[in-house]
Amino acid sequence: MRGVLRDKIMKAVFFLAALSSILAVALICYFLLANGLPAIGEIGPSGFLLGTEWSPSDTPPSFGILPMILGSLYVTAGAIVIGVPIGILSAVFLARVCPKKLYKVVKPAVDLLAGIPSVVYGFFGMAAIVPFAGNSMLSACILLGIMILPTIVGIAESAVRAVPENYYEGALALGAGHYRSVFRVLLPAAKSGVLAAVVLGIGRAIGETMAVIMVAGNQARIPVSLFKGVRTLTANIVIEMGYSTGLHRDALIATGVVLLVFILIINLSFAALRGKSL
Amino acid sequence: MTGKHEIIREKQTAAKRINRRSERALAIVTWTAAIVTITVLGYIIFFIFIKGVPYIKPSLFSFAYNSDNVSLFPALVSTVMMTALSLAIAVPLGVLSAIYLTEYAKRGNRAVALVRMTMETLAGIPSIVYGLFGMLFFVTFLGWGFSVLAGTFTLSIMILPLIMRSSEEAIKAVPDAYREGSFGLGAGILRTVFRIVLPSAVPGILAGVILAVGRIVGETAALIYTSGTVAQIPENVYESARTLSVHMYALSSEGLHIGEGYATAVVLLLVVILINAGSAWIAKRVGTNVGRNA
Repeated sequence: MRGVLRDKIMKAVFFLAALSSILAVALICYFLLANGLPAIGEIGPSGFLLGTEWSPSDTPPSFGILPMILGSLYVTAGAIVIGVPIGILSAVFLARVCPKKLYKVVKPAVDLLAGIPSVVYGFFGMAAIVPFAGNSMLSACILLGIMILPTIVGIAESAVRAVPENYYEGALALGAGHYRSVFRVLLPAAKSGVLAAVVLGIGRAIGETMAVIMVAGNQARIPVSLFKGVRTLTANIVIEMGYSTGLHRDALIATGVVLLVFILIINLSFAALRGKSL
Repeated sequence: MTGKHEIIREKQTAAKRINRRSERALAIVTWTAAIVTITVLGYIIFFIFIKGVPYIKPSLFSFAYNSDNVSLFPALVSTVMMTALSLAIAVPLGVLSAIYLTEYAKRGNRAVALVRMTMETLAGIPSIVYGLFGMLFFVTFLGWGFSVLAGTFTLSIMILPLIMRSSEEAIKAVPDAYREGSFGLGAGILRTVFRIVLPSAVPGILAGVILAVGRIVGETAALIYTSGTVAQIPENVYESARTLSVHMYALSSEGLHIGEGYATAVVLLLVVILINAGSAWIAKRVGTNVGRNA
């Protein structure tokens, strides 16, 4: 009888532990919304989301985050333009082209790229990219493009590997060469997995903070050119949170809410895509 | 008749030529991309070392930080401390919940679906959002202030999905024959889980833990507004402290000691390389284990 009771207690303990992730998500959503939504209400949803001016220290202050929303979107788009082609091609390389001996070098290298902390990327960007491209949107795009590479390579590689071998053999039998079989048959068959990799890359790019702050210039105005500074949603929070008070502080938390909504949308599409590919 | 054959043959050779040409083009493109990826990595490591190594001197490892020695030693101590504490919270929680998901939950259980969904959500939340939450909840609502404690709890939530997922996969990979054997010998479910299943899953769980260490060591955005940026060794968990990554960011934003920042980057890179080597080593062991089981 004691054994049965102990089993039941332990089962409850396991169950409670499993609930911790639900609790965490609930708390995160509650605290961000409870602090952010009133600010959005006070500023006005359209004034907040579509306002083109962010000058919290003016009287009266204006809290429009459109420049930062656009900044995040542009920088992410730039990172995708740079990172996705190289990433997918590298994934194809690792999955179907790379000789075994070389694989033992390249794969750990890609893993290492994934493990490098964002501040280190930031320092690299300051020393190696900023001298050529300035503190600008271009620098941020290049750096983020590099940072999302390992994410894209990893997931796209396993997607290409997951395609059944007889697809490849069938293409060869029809007279296509090795590369043609890989690019015309295997890659299209792995389409949804590769797309999932891109979506996850987008998520990483839009959520990246420290590296972007260190190279992007961070001017809070509507981005005008690739060679001018830009401020993202994430940068806005980190840069101003330290000295903000009152409505300004709440507006920054509301910026976090907007970011969270973006991320949730991206996560949902990633889950949908991955559900399809497996 | 011969004319027709010749035309066909000509067409075939033309097709072959095109085929060969596209083969070569695709080969060049693929190899180039791979070379670019590798070169970029090499360039990053080369650059950090070139910029940082000249600044590595004994004074960088002095016991206390001041603006003369710009010591990274306190940050190193804080990093180790916060890593250990975060793991102490997240690993038991993650492993226990993985046990529930794999050994207890019935298929199609609604709660399990919800746990999985929230786990994936947590995995995708950017670190700055964790930082905001930690600031609102641990620092302000619970009144812990900028402290090691607040930073630690924020980090543990952040790495929880990582630990949960890798533990779940490791436990799932334990062959059912082990469980059946244990039940057959009269062991109950608890004894089976703790004596048979968990020990076999340890390498897989450890791989997740190492990944989590990597994330903690590299984390900045989640810590600036939770554990704060004090550059000394904290005397207790209620004091503020900065990890190596935060230390680097602080140096870059102050702009006075960029060289020491690069030196810190070198140390951080070495730590990351060590972590990666460790996880590769464990992955190899897990691989041979699985081979043996099959």
